[in-house]
Amino acid sequence: MSGPAAGGATGGERGANGTAVRVHDLSLAYGGGPVLEGVDFSLAAGESLCVLGPNGGGKTTLLRALTGELAALRGSADVAGRPAYLAQTERTRLDFPVSALDVALMGSLANGRWWLPARRSDRAAARAALARVGLEDRAGVRFGELSGGQRQRVLLARALVQDAAVLLLDEPLAGVDPASAERIATLFAELRDEGRTLLVSTHDVDSARDFDRVLCLNRRQVAFGEPASVLTRTALEQTYGSEIVVLEDEGGAGPVRAIAVQHHAH
Amino acid sequence: MDLLEPLQSGIERRALLEVALLGGFCGALGFWVTSFRLSYPAESLAHGLLPGLVVAALAGLPLLLGAAGGVAVAAAVVALAGRDPRIGSDSATAVAVTGMLGLGGLLALAPDAPARLEELLFGDPLGVSDGDLVAAGVLALLGGAAMIALQRPLTAVALDAGGALALGIRPTAVRLALLGLLAAALSVAVQGLGSLLVLAVLVAPAVAVRGHVASPVRAMAAAGAVAIAAGVAGIYASHLLGSAAGASVALALCLAALAGAALPSRNARSVRRDAGASVGGQAARALGDAGARSRASQ
Repeated sequence: MSGPAAGGATGGERGANGTAVRVHDLSLAYGGGPVLEGVDFSLAAGESLCVLGPNGGGKTTLLRALTGELAALRGSADVAGRPAYLAQTERTRLDFPVSALDVALMGSLANGRWWLPARRSDRAAARAALARVGLEDRAGVRFGELSGGQRQRVLLARALVQDAAVLLLDEPLAGVDPASAERIATLFAELRDEGRTLLVSTHDVDSARDFDRVLCLNRRQVAFGEPASVLTRTALEQTYGSEIVVLEDEGGAGPVRAIAVQHHAH
Repeated sequence: MDLLEPLQSGIERRALLEVALLGGFCGALGFWVTSFRLSYPAESLAHGLLPGLVVAALAGLPLLLGAAGGVAVAAAVVALAGRDPRIGSDSATAVAVTGMLGLGGLLALAPDAPARLEELLFGDPLGVSDGDLVAAGVLALLGGAAMIALQRPLTAVALDAGGALALGIRPTAVRLALLGLLAAALSVAVQGLGSLLVLAVLVAPAVAVRGHVASPVRAMAAAGAVAIAAGVAGIYASHLLGSAAGASVALALCLAALAGAALPSRNARSVRRDAGASVGGQAARALGDAGARSRASQ
Protein backbone atom coordinates (compact mmCIF):
# COMPACT_ATOMS: atom_id res chain seq x y z
CA MET A 1 0.00 0.00 0.00
CA SER A 2 1.42 3.39 -0.94
CA GLY A 3 2.10 5.94 1.74
CA PRO A 4 0.60 9.40 1.70
CA ALA A 5 3.78 10.92 0.32
CA ALA A 6 3.60 8.68 -2.74
CA GLY A 7 0.21 10.20 -3.64
CA GLY A 8 -2.48 8.66 -5.79
CA ALA A 9 -5.58 6.96 -4.49
CA THR A 10 -5.73 3.20 -4.43
CA GLY A 11 -7.07 2.80 -7.94
CA GLY A 12 -7.98 -0.84 -7.64
CA GLU A 13 -10.67 -0.06 -5.09
CA ARG A 14 -12.66 2.08 -7.49
CA GLY A 15 -15.52 0.69 -9.51
CA ALA A 16 -14.73 -0.43 -13.03
CA ASN A 17 -16.80 2.42 -14.46
CA GLY A 18 -15.04 4.98 -12.25
CA THR A 19 -18.00 5.46 -9.92
CA ALA A 20 -16.75 6.26 -6.44
CA VAL A 21 -20.04 6.82 -4.61
CA ARG A 22 -23.47 5.59 -5.58
CA VAL A 23 -26.50 6.39 -3.44
CA HIS A 24 -29.85 5.07 -4.61
CA ASP A 25 -33.24 6.05 -3.18
CA LEU A 26 -31.75 6.16 0.32
CA SER A 27 -33.83 6.68 3.47
CA LEU A 28 -32.25 6.76 6.94
CA ALA A 29 -33.57 6.65 10.49
CA TYR A 30 -32.34 6.44 14.07
CA GLY A 31 -34.77 3.82 15.33
CA GLY A 32 -37.91 5.95 14.74
CA GLY A 33 -39.30 7.50 11.57
CA PRO A 34 -37.01 8.53 8.70
CA VAL A 35 -34.83 11.59 9.30
CA LEU A 36 -33.61 11.73 5.71
CA GLU A 37 -35.44 10.48 2.63
CA GLY A 38 -35.11 10.13 -1.12
CA VAL A 39 -31.38 10.70 -1.48
CA ASP A 40 -30.22 9.64 -4.93
CA PHE A 41 -26.94 10.66 -6.54
CA SER A 42 -23.63 9.30 -7.72
CA LEU A 43 -20.11 10.65 -7.98
CA ALA A 44 -17.32 9.68 -10.34
CA ALA A 45 -13.85 9.11 -8.92
CA GLY A 46 -12.08 12.44 -8.46
CA GLU A 47 -15.28 14.48 -8.18
CA SER A 48 -15.94 16.71 -5.19
CA LEU A 49 -19.33 17.17 -3.58
CA CYS A 50 -20.52 19.95 -1.28
CA VAL A 51 -23.37 18.89 1.01
CA LEU A 52 -25.53 21.83 2.12
CA GLY A 53 -28.40 21.91 4.57
CA PRO A 54 -29.62 23.34 7.85
CA ASN A 55 -28.79 21.84 11.25
CA GLY A 56 -30.80 18.64 11.55
CA GLY A 57 -31.17 18.55 7.75
CA GLY A 58 -29.37 15.21 7.46
CA LYS A 59 -25.80 16.09 6.46
CA THR A 60 -24.08 14.15 9.23
CA THR A 61 -26.67 11.36 8.94
CA LEU A 62 -25.81 10.87 5.25
CA LEU A 63 -22.06 10.75 5.98
CA ARG A 64 -22.64 8.20 8.76
CA ALA A 65 -24.56 6.02 6.30
CA LEU A 66 -21.66 6.21 3.85
CA THR A 67 -19.20 5.01 6.52
CA GLY A 68 -21.48 2.04 7.19
CA GLU A 69 -22.27 3.15 10.74
CA LEU A 70 -25.95 3.67 9.95
CA ALA A 71 -27.91 1.02 8.04
CA ALA A 72 -30.29 2.10 5.29
CA LEU A 73 -34.00 2.08 6.11
CA ARG A 74 -34.57 1.90 2.36
CA GLY A 75 -32.38 2.03 -0.72
CA SER A 76 -28.61 1.71 -0.76
CA ALA A 77 -25.39 3.64 -0.25
CA ASP A 78 -22.24 2.23 -1.83
CA VAL A 79 -18.71 3.57 -1.61
CA ALA A 80 -15.75 2.22 -3.59
CA GLY A 81 -13.27 1.01 -0.99
CA ARG A 82 -13.33 2.07 2.63
CA PRO A 83 -13.86 5.83 3.01
CA ALA A 84 -11.99 8.01 5.47
CA TYR A 85 -14.30 9.84 7.88
CA LEU A 86 -13.55 13.13 9.62
CA ALA A 87 -16.14 13.79 12.30
CA GLN A 88 -16.79 17.30 13.57
CA THR A 89 -13.86 17.75 15.92
CA GLU A 90 -16.10 18.50 18.89
CA ARG A 91 -17.31 14.92 18.55
CA THR A 92 -13.81 13.67 19.34
CA ARG A 93 -12.60 13.22 22.92
CA LEU A 94 -10.35 16.11 23.86
CA ASP A 95 -9.36 14.86 27.32
CA PHE A 96 -7.91 11.61 25.98
CA PRO A 97 -4.10 11.34 26.19
CA VAL A 98 -2.99 10.98 22.56
CA SER A 99 -0.51 13.07 20.60
CA ALA A 100 -1.04 14.46 17.11
CA LEU A 101 1.32 11.76 15.82
CA ASP A 102 -0.69 9.02 17.60
CA VAL A 103 -3.86 10.21 15.86
CA ALA A 104 -2.23 10.36 12.41
CA LEU A 105 -0.80 6.89 13.08
CA MET A 106 -4.32 5.50 13.58
CA GLY A 107 -4.73 5.74 9.80
CA SER A 108 -2.51 2.65 9.49
CA LEU A 109 -5.16 0.59 11.31
CA ALA A 110 -6.91 0.45 7.94
CA ASN A 111 -4.21 -2.05 6.86
CA GLY A 112 -5.66 -4.60 9.29
CA ARG A 113 -3.07 -5.99 11.77
CA TRP A 114 -4.70 -3.97 14.57
CA TRP A 115 -3.27 -6.31 17.22
CA LEU A 116 0.35 -5.48 16.31
CA PRO A 117 2.28 -2.33 17.19
CA ALA A 118 2.66 0.25 14.45
CA ARG A 119 5.51 -0.49 12.05
CA ARG A 120 8.41 1.82 11.39
CA SER A 121 7.02 2.49 7.90
CA ASP A 122 3.64 3.40 9.44
CA ARG A 123 5.37 5.93 11.69
CA ALA A 124 7.22 7.40 8.70
CA ALA A 125 3.92 7.68 6.81
CA ALA A 126 2.27 9.39 9.80
CA ARG A 127 5.14 11.89 10.07
CA ALA A 128 4.99 12.57 6.32
CA ALA A 129 1.23 13.14 6.55
CA LEU A 130 1.66 15.56 9.47
CA ALA A 131 4.27 17.44 7.43
CA ARG A 132 1.86 17.61 4.54
CA VAL A 133 -0.79 19.32 6.70
CA GLY A 134 1.90 21.64 8.09
CA LEU A 135 2.02 20.23 11.60
CA GLU A 136 5.33 18.33 11.70
CA ASP A 137 6.46 20.54 14.57
CA ARG A 138 3.33 19.69 16.60
CA ALA A 139 3.69 15.89 16.33
CA GLY A 140 4.24 15.41 20.07
CA VAL A 141 1.50 17.79 21.23
CA ARG A 142 -1.58 16.35 22.89
CA PHE A 143 -4.51 16.27 20.42
CA GLY A 144 -6.86 18.09 22.80
CA GLU A 145 -4.39 20.96 23.22
CA LEU A 146 -4.37 21.81 19.52
CA SER A 147 -6.65 24.48 18.07
CA GLY A 148 -9.83 23.38 16.26
CA GLY A 149 -8.19 23.99 12.89
CA GLN A 150 -5.05 22.08 13.84
CA ARG A 151 -7.15 19.14 15.10
CA GLN A 152 -8.97 19.10 11.78
CA ARG A 153 -5.62 19.00 9.98
CA VAL A 154 -4.45 16.12 12.20
CA LEU A 155 -7.62 14.18 11.27
CA LEU A 156 -6.85 14.95 7.62
CA ALA A 157 -3.36 13.54 8.19
CA ARG A 158 -4.99 10.36 9.56
CA ALA A 159 -7.06 10.16 6.35
CA LEU A 160 -3.85 10.60 4.30
CA VAL A 161 -2.20 7.71 6.15
CA GLN A 162 -5.33 5.65 5.54
CA ASP A 163 -4.85 6.48 1.84
CA ALA A 164 -8.60 6.32 1.20
CA ALA A 165 -9.99 6.93 -2.27
CA VAL A 166 -13.10 8.58 -0.80
CA LEU A 167 -13.02 11.15 2.02
CA LEU A 168 -16.09 12.13 4.04
CA LEU A 169 -15.62 15.41 5.91
CA ASP A 170 -18.23 16.73 8.33
CA GLU A 171 -18.03 20.54 8.51
CA PRO A 172 -14.23 20.58 8.30
CA LEU A 173 -14.11 24.37 8.28
CA ALA A 174 -16.48 25.08 11.19
CA GLY A 175 -14.68 27.10 13.87
CA VAL A 176 -11.35 26.81 12.05
CA ASP A 177 -8.81 29.64 12.15
CA PRO A 178 -8.11 31.36 8.79
CA ALA A 179 -4.57 29.93 8.49
CA SER A 180 -5.84 26.38 8.94
CA ALA A 181 -8.78 27.01 6.60
CA GLU A 182 -6.40 28.11 3.85
CA ARG A 183 -4.18 25.08 4.39
CA ILE A 184 -7.19 22.74 4.33
CA ALA A 185 -8.53 24.33 1.12
CA THR A 186 -5.14 23.83 -0.57
CA LEU A 187 -5.10 20.20 0.58
CA PHE A 188 -8.59 19.62 -0.83
CA ALA A 189 -7.39 20.82 -4.23
CA GLU A 190 -4.35 18.52 -4.05
CA LEU A 191 -6.47 15.54 -3.03
CA ARG A 192 -8.82 16.14 -5.97
CA ASP A 193 -5.84 16.37 -8.32
CA GLU A 194 -4.75 12.95 -7.03
CA GLY A 195 -8.09 11.52 -8.12
CA ARG A 196 -9.65 11.21 -4.68
CA THR A 197 -13.35 11.83 -4.17
CA LEU A 198 -14.34 14.37 -1.51
CA LEU A 199 -17.71 14.75 0.20
CA VAL A 200 -17.72 17.87 2.36
CA SER A 201 -20.63 19.07 4.46
CA THR A 202 -20.63 22.78 5.25
CA HIS A 203 -22.67 25.77 6.34
CA ASP A 204 -20.79 28.00 3.93
CA VAL A 205 -23.13 28.33 0.95
CA ASP A 206 -20.67 30.59 -0.82
CA SER A 207 -17.92 27.97 -0.83
CA ALA A 208 -20.21 25.50 -2.63
CA ARG A 209 -19.39 27.16 -5.97
CA ASP A 210 -15.90 25.68 -5.85
CA PHE A 211 -17.12 22.07 -5.89
CA ASP A 212 -17.93 19.88 -8.88
CA ARG A 213 -21.34 18.96 -7.47
CA VAL A 214 -23.69 20.32 -4.82
CA LEU A 215 -26.24 18.31 -2.82
CA CYS A 216 -28.93 20.18 -0.88
CA LEU A 217 -30.58 18.30 2.00
CA ASN A 218 -33.45 19.26 4.25
CA ARG A 219 -34.68 15.95 5.67
CA ARG A 220 -34.93 14.91 2.01
CA GLN A 221 -32.91 15.58 -1.12
CA VAL A 222 -33.86 19.04 -2.38
CA ALA A 223 -31.41 19.30 -5.27
CA PHE A 224 -28.29 17.72 -6.74
CA GLY A 225 -26.12 18.80 -9.65
CA GLU A 226 -23.55 21.33 -10.76
CA PRO A 227 -23.30 24.48 -8.62
CA ALA A 228 -24.69 26.71 -11.38
CA SER A 229 -27.88 24.68 -11.64
CA VAL A 230 -28.34 23.88 -7.94
CA LEU A 231 -27.51 27.16 -6.22
CA THR A 232 -30.77 28.85 -7.19
CA ARG A 233 -32.93 31.01 -4.96
CA THR A 234 -35.73 28.40 -5.09
CA ALA A 235 -33.51 25.46 -4.14
CA LEU A 236 -31.76 27.36 -1.34
CA GLU A 237 -35.08 28.56 0.08
CA GLN A 238 -36.38 25.00 0.02
CA THR A 239 -33.19 23.86 1.75
CA TYR A 240 -32.86 26.48 4.43
CA GLY A 241 -36.35 28.00 4.70
CA SER A 242 -36.20 31.30 6.55
CA GLU A 243 -32.54 30.72 7.44
CA ILE A 244 -31.31 31.79 4.01
CA VAL A 245 -30.40 35.35 3.09
CA VAL A 246 -29.90 35.83 -0.65
CA LEU A 247 -27.29 38.52 -1.23
CA GLU A 248 -27.04 38.60 -5.00
CA ASP A 249 -29.32 37.16 -7.64
CA GLU A 250 -28.29 37.64 -11.24
CA GLY A 251 -31.79 36.87 -12.45
CA GLY A 252 -31.85 33.20 -13.24
CA ALA A 253 -28.46 32.72 -14.90
CA GLY A 254 -25.65 31.38 -12.72
CA PRO A 255 -25.62 30.60 -9.01
CA VAL A 256 -26.97 33.12 -6.51
CA ARG A 257 -24.82 34.34 -3.63
CA ALA A 258 -26.31 33.65 -0.25
CA ILE A 259 -25.48 32.96 3.36
CA ALA A 260 -27.28 30.60 5.68
CA VAL A 261 -28.07 32.11 9.07
CA GLN A 262 -27.72 29.16 11.40
CA HIS A 263 -29.67 28.96 14.60
CA HIS A 264 -27.31 26.86 16.68
CA ALA A 265 -28.88 24.74 19.35
CA HIS A 266 -25.70 24.67 21.42
CA MET B 1 10.05 -1.93 61.64
CA ASP B 2 11.93 -4.39 59.49
CA LEU B 3 10.65 -3.85 55.94
CA LEU B 4 11.22 -7.48 55.13
CA GLU B 5 9.23 -8.73 58.09
CA PRO B 6 5.94 -9.27 56.25
CA LEU B 7 7.88 -11.22 53.60
CA GLN B 8 8.89 -13.77 56.21
CA SER B 9 5.30 -14.78 56.79
CA GLY B 10 3.98 -17.05 54.08
CA ILE B 11 0.51 -15.56 54.43
CA GLU B 12 1.68 -12.03 53.85
CA ARG B 13 4.03 -13.05 51.04
CA ARG B 14 1.05 -14.54 49.23
CA ALA B 15 -1.03 -11.45 49.96
CA LEU B 16 1.68 -9.21 48.48
CA LEU B 17 1.93 -11.42 45.38
CA GLU B 18 -1.86 -11.38 45.01
CA VAL B 19 -2.17 -7.57 45.20
CA ALA B 20 0.79 -7.16 42.83
CA LEU B 21 -0.69 -9.50 40.19
CA LEU B 22 -4.22 -8.11 40.49
CA GLY B 23 -3.03 -4.52 40.82
CA GLY B 24 -0.81 -4.64 37.75
CA PHE B 25 -3.60 -5.92 35.52
CA CYS B 26 -6.65 -4.24 37.05
CA GLY B 27 -4.87 -0.90 37.41
CA ALA B 28 -3.95 -0.88 33.72
CA LEU B 29 -7.40 -2.10 32.66
CA GLY B 30 -8.90 0.68 34.78
CA PHE B 31 -7.48 3.27 32.39
CA TRP B 32 -9.76 1.84 29.68
CA VAL B 33 -12.69 1.36 32.05
CA THR B 34 -12.59 5.06 32.96
CA SER B 35 -11.83 6.17 29.38
CA PHE B 36 -14.95 4.37 28.15
CA ARG B 37 -16.95 5.79 31.08
CA LEU B 38 -17.60 2.32 32.47
CA SER B 39 -16.93 3.10 36.16
CA TYR B 40 -20.60 2.95 37.12
CA PRO B 41 -21.34 -0.24 35.11
CA ALA B 42 -18.21 -1.77 36.67
CA GLU B 43 -19.44 -0.93 40.16
CA SER B 44 -22.85 -2.38 39.32
CA LEU B 45 -21.34 -5.66 38.15
CA ALA B 46 -19.03 -5.88 41.17
CA HIS B 47 -21.92 -5.48 43.61
CA GLY B 48 -24.43 -7.44 41.54
CA LEU B 49 -22.24 -10.54 41.44
CA LEU B 50 -22.61 -11.11 45.20
CA PRO B 51 -25.46 -13.67 44.94
CA GLY B 52 -23.26 -15.74 42.62
CA LEU B 53 -20.42 -15.67 45.13
CA VAL B 54 -22.71 -16.58 48.02
CA VAL B 55 -24.35 -19.46 46.16
CA ALA B 56 -20.91 -20.83 45.27
CA ALA B 57 -19.76 -20.49 48.90
CA LEU B 58 -22.92 -22.24 50.17
CA ALA B 59 -22.63 -25.03 47.61
CA GLY B 60 -18.91 -25.49 48.21
CA LEU B 61 -18.10 -24.64 44.60
CA PRO B 62 -15.01 -22.64 43.60
CA LEU B 63 -15.66 -18.93 44.27
CA LEU B 64 -14.24 -18.07 40.84
CA LEU B 65 -17.09 -20.02 39.27
CA GLY B 66 -19.65 -18.23 41.43
CA ALA B 67 -18.14 -14.82 40.64
CA ALA B 68 -18.11 -15.49 36.88
CA GLY B 69 -21.72 -16.70 36.96
CA GLY B 70 -22.67 -13.75 39.15
CA VAL B 71 -21.13 -11.26 36.70
CA ALA B 72 -23.00 -12.85 33.79
CA VAL B 73 -26.35 -12.74 35.64
CA ALA B 74 -25.71 -9.20 36.93
CA ALA B 75 -24.85 -7.99 33.41
CA ALA B 76 -28.06 -9.53 32.04
CA VAL B 77 -30.21 -8.05 34.85
CA VAL B 78 -28.65 -4.59 34.41
CA ALA B 79 -29.11 -4.75 30.63
CA LEU B 80 -32.76 -5.82 30.98
CA ALA B 81 -33.52 -3.26 33.71
CA GLY B 82 -32.12 -0.46 31.57
CA ARG B 83 -34.47 -1.19 28.70
CA ASP B 84 -37.45 0.62 30.17
CA PRO B 85 -37.16 4.24 28.94
CA ARG B 86 -39.70 5.46 31.53
CA ILE B 87 -37.29 4.67 34.38
CA GLY B 88 -33.95 5.54 32.84
CA SER B 89 -31.02 3.15 32.79
CA ASP B 90 -29.10 4.63 35.76
CA SER B 91 -32.07 4.44 38.16
CA ALA B 92 -33.01 0.98 36.88
CA THR B 93 -29.41 -0.17 37.34
CA ALA B 94 -29.29 1.23 40.89
CA VAL B 95 -32.48 -0.63 41.88
CA ALA B 96 -31.43 -3.88 40.18
CA VAL B 97 -27.97 -3.83 41.77
CA THR B 98 -29.24 -3.00 45.27
CA GLY B 99 -31.73 -5.82 44.86
CA MET B 100 -28.99 -8.28 43.99
CA LEU B 101 -26.79 -7.08 46.84
CA GLY B 102 -29.76 -7.59 49.16
CA LEU B 103 -30.39 -11.06 47.77
CA GLY B 104 -26.73 -11.96 48.32
CA GLY B 105 -26.93 -10.70 51.91
CA LEU B 106 -30.17 -12.59 52.54
CA LEU B 107 -28.64 -15.88 51.36
CA ALA B 108 -25.40 -15.35 53.26
CA LEU B 109 -27.06 -14.35 56.52
CA ALA B 110 -29.42 -17.36 56.54
CA PRO B 111 -29.12 -19.14 59.95
CA ASP B 112 -27.45 -22.26 58.55
CA ALA B 113 -25.03 -20.45 56.21
CA PRO B 114 -21.33 -20.50 57.00
CA ALA B 115 -20.09 -17.13 58.32
CA ARG B 116 -18.20 -15.99 55.26
CA LEU B 117 -20.23 -12.95 54.25
CA GLU B 118 -17.68 -10.53 55.59
CA GLU B 119 -14.96 -12.05 53.43
CA LEU B 120 -17.19 -11.99 50.35
CA LEU B 121 -18.12 -8.33 50.88
CA PHE B 122 -14.81 -6.87 51.98
CA GLY B 123 -12.32 -9.41 50.68
CA ASP B 124 -9.41 -11.00 52.48
CA PRO B 125 -6.07 -10.76 50.68
CA LEU B 126 -4.46 -12.60 53.63
CA GLY B 127 -6.71 -15.58 52.98
CA VAL B 128 -5.80 -16.24 49.34
CA SER B 129 -5.34 -19.84 48.34
CA ASP B 130 -2.88 -21.28 45.82
CA GLY B 131 -5.80 -21.50 43.42
CA ASP B 132 -6.49 -17.77 43.83
CA LEU B 133 -2.86 -16.98 43.06
CA VAL B 134 -2.91 -19.16 39.96
CA ALA B 135 -6.13 -17.45 38.80
CA ALA B 136 -4.58 -14.01 39.37
CA GLY B 137 -1.44 -15.04 37.47
CA VAL B 138 -3.41 -16.40 34.53
CA LEU B 139 -5.55 -13.25 34.50
CA ALA B 140 -2.49 -10.99 34.55
CA LEU B 141 -0.82 -12.99 31.76
CA LEU B 142 -3.72 -13.65 29.35
CA GLY B 143 -5.70 -10.52 30.19
CA GLY B 144 -2.57 -8.41 29.92
CA ALA B 145 -1.71 -9.89 26.52
CA ALA B 146 -5.28 -9.27 25.29
CA MET B 147 -5.24 -5.70 26.58
CA ILE B 148 -1.93 -4.95 24.88
CA ALA B 149 -3.18 -6.47 21.62
CA LEU B 150 -6.36 -4.39 21.83
CA GLN B 151 -4.54 -1.18 22.72
CA ARG B 152 -4.62 0.44 19.26
CA PRO B 153 -8.30 -0.29 18.53
CA LEU B 154 -9.24 0.82 22.07
CA THR B 155 -7.38 4.09 21.51
CA ALA B 156 -9.03 4.70 18.13
CA VAL B 157 -12.54 4.03 19.50
CA ALA B 158 -12.01 6.06 22.68
CA LEU B 159 -10.94 9.09 20.63
CA ASP B 160 -13.57 8.96 17.89
CA ALA B 161 -15.81 5.94 17.32
CA GLY B 162 -17.03 7.13 13.91
CA GLY B 163 -13.50 7.62 12.62
CA ALA B 164 -12.48 4.22 14.00
CA LEU B 165 -15.34 2.54 12.15
CA ALA B 166 -14.12 4.12 8.91
CA LEU B 167 -10.70 2.60 9.65
CA GLY B 168 -12.25 -0.87 9.76
CA ILE B 169 -12.42 -1.11 13.57
CA ARG B 170 -15.85 -2.13 14.86
CA PRO B 171 -16.53 -0.02 17.99
CA THR B 172 -19.19 -2.45 19.25
CA ALA B 173 -16.78 -5.38 19.09
CA VAL B 174 -14.07 -3.36 20.84
CA ARG B 175 -16.49 -2.34 23.63
CA LEU B 176 -17.62 -5.95 24.04
CA ALA B 177 -14.01 -7.12 24.28
CA LEU B 178 -13.37 -4.49 26.96
CA LEU B 179 -16.47 -5.61 28.88
CA GLY B 180 -15.22 -9.20 28.65
CA LEU B 181 -11.88 -8.20 30.16
CA LEU B 182 -13.73 -6.26 32.87
CA ALA B 183 -15.89 -9.29 33.70
CA ALA B 184 -12.81 -11.52 33.93
CA ALA B 185 -11.00 -8.97 36.12
CA LEU B 186 -13.98 -8.65 38.49
CA SER B 187 -14.45 -12.41 38.74
CA VAL B 188 -10.86 -12.96 39.84
CA ALA B 189 -10.18 -9.78 41.83
CA VAL B 190 -13.39 -9.98 43.87
CA GLN B 191 -11.92 -12.86 45.86
CA GLY B 192 -9.04 -10.74 47.08
CA LEU B 193 -10.85 -7.45 47.63
CA GLY B 194 -14.49 -8.41 48.00
CA SER B 195 -17.63 -7.28 46.26
CA LEU B 196 -17.69 -3.83 47.84
CA LEU B 197 -14.01 -2.90 47.58
CA VAL B 198 -12.89 -4.49 44.31
CA LEU B 199 -13.84 -1.38 42.37
CA ALA B 200 -11.02 0.54 44.08
CA VAL B 201 -8.33 -1.38 42.21
CA LEU B 202 -10.10 -0.83 38.88
CA VAL B 203 -10.92 2.86 39.11
CA ALA B 204 -8.67 4.55 41.68
CA PRO B 205 -5.28 4.04 39.94
CA ALA B 206 -6.69 5.36 36.65
CA VAL B 207 -8.02 8.43 38.46
CA ALA B 208 -4.61 8.91 40.06
CA VAL B 209 -2.70 8.97 36.75
CA ARG B 210 -5.38 10.53 34.52
CA GLY B 211 -3.98 14.05 34.31
CA HIS B 212 -0.31 13.10 34.27
CA VAL B 213 0.22 10.86 31.26
CA ALA B 214 0.89 11.58 27.60
CA SER B 215 -0.22 8.33 25.98
CA PRO B 216 -2.49 5.34 26.61
CA VAL B 217 0.52 3.02 26.93
CA ARG B 218 2.04 5.22 29.61
CA ALA B 219 -1.33 5.54 31.31
CA MET B 220 -1.65 1.73 31.50
CA ALA B 221 1.90 1.36 32.82
CA ALA B 222 1.50 4.16 35.36
CA ALA B 223 -1.91 2.97 36.59
CA GLY B 224 -0.61 -0.58 36.96
CA ALA B 225 2.41 0.69 38.93
CA VAL B 226 0.25 2.89 41.17
CA ALA B 227 -2.07 -0.06 41.87
CA ILE B 228 0.83 -2.35 42.78
CA ALA B 229 2.44 0.30 45.01
CA ALA B 230 -0.82 1.14 46.78
CA GLY B 231 -1.66 -2.55 47.17
CA VAL B 232 1.71 -3.29 48.76
CA ALA B 233 1.39 -0.18 50.96
CA GLY B 234 -2.04 -1.39 52.06
CA ILE B 235 -0.73 -4.82 53.07
CA TYR B 236 2.15 -3.22 55.01
CA ALA B 237 -0.28 -0.82 56.70
CA SER B 238 -2.52 -3.68 57.75
CA HIS B 239 0.53 -5.51 59.12
CA LEU B 240 1.66 -2.44 61.08
CA LEU B 241 -1.72 -1.30 62.34
CA GLY B 242 -3.39 -4.66 62.57
CA SER B 243 -6.17 -3.32 60.32
CA ALA B 244 -8.27 -5.40 57.92
CA ALA B 245 -6.10 -6.13 54.88
CA GLY B 246 -8.74 -5.73 52.13
CA ALA B 247 -9.99 -2.42 53.51
CA SER B 248 -6.41 -1.17 54.01
CA VAL B 249 -5.60 -1.91 50.36
CA ALA B 250 -8.79 -0.21 49.16
CA LEU B 251 -8.05 2.86 51.30
CA ALA B 252 -4.45 3.05 50.07
CA LEU B 253 -5.74 2.93 46.47
CA CYS B 254 -8.24 5.71 47.15
CA LEU B 255 -5.57 7.85 48.84
CA ALA B 256 -3.43 7.42 45.72
CA ALA B 257 -6.39 8.60 43.60
CA LEU B 258 -6.85 11.64 45.85
CA ALA B 259 -3.16 12.50 45.67
CA GLY B 260 -3.07 12.06 41.89
CA ALA B 261 -6.14 14.21 41.40
CA ALA B 262 -4.81 16.92 43.74
CA LEU B 263 -1.46 17.27 41.95
CA PRO B 264 -1.53 19.86 39.15
CA SER B 265 -2.14 17.93 35.94
CA ARG B 266 -0.57 18.35 32.52
CA ASN B 267 -3.99 19.44 31.29
CA ALA B 268 -4.43 22.12 33.93
CA ARG B 269 -0.95 23.48 33.27
CA SER B 270 -1.62 23.67 29.55
CA VAL B 271 -5.08 25.17 30.04
CA ARG B 272 -3.53 27.99 32.06
CA ARG B 273 -0.84 28.43 29.44
CA ASP B 274 -3.39 28.49 26.62
CA ALA B 275 -5.90 30.76 28.36
CA GLY B 276 -4.56 33.83 26.59
CA ALA B 277 -4.12 32.04 23.29
CA SER B 278 -7.70 30.78 23.36
CA VAL B 279 -9.10 34.32 23.71
CA GLY B 280 -6.91 35.26 20.76
CA GLY B 281 -8.18 32.21 18.89
CA GLN B 282 -11.78 33.23 19.44
CA ALA B 283 -11.02 36.72 18.21
CA ALA B 284 -9.31 35.31 15.11
CA ARG B 285 -12.31 33.06 14.52
CA ALA B 286 -14.71 35.99 14.83
CA LEU B 287 -12.58 37.96 12.37
CA GLY B 288 -12.56 34.97 10.04
CA ASP B 289 -16.37 34.76 10.19
CA ALA B 290 -16.68 38.48 9.53
CA GLY B 291 -14.28 38.08 6.61
CA ALA B 292 -16.35 35.26 5.17
CA ARG B 293 -19.50 37.37 5.47
CA SER B 294 -17.93 40.38 3.79
CA ARG B 295 -16.60 38.14 1.00
CA ALA B 296 -20.09 36.74 0.62
CA SER B 297 -21.60 40.19 0.38
CA GLN B 298 -19.20 41.42 -2.29
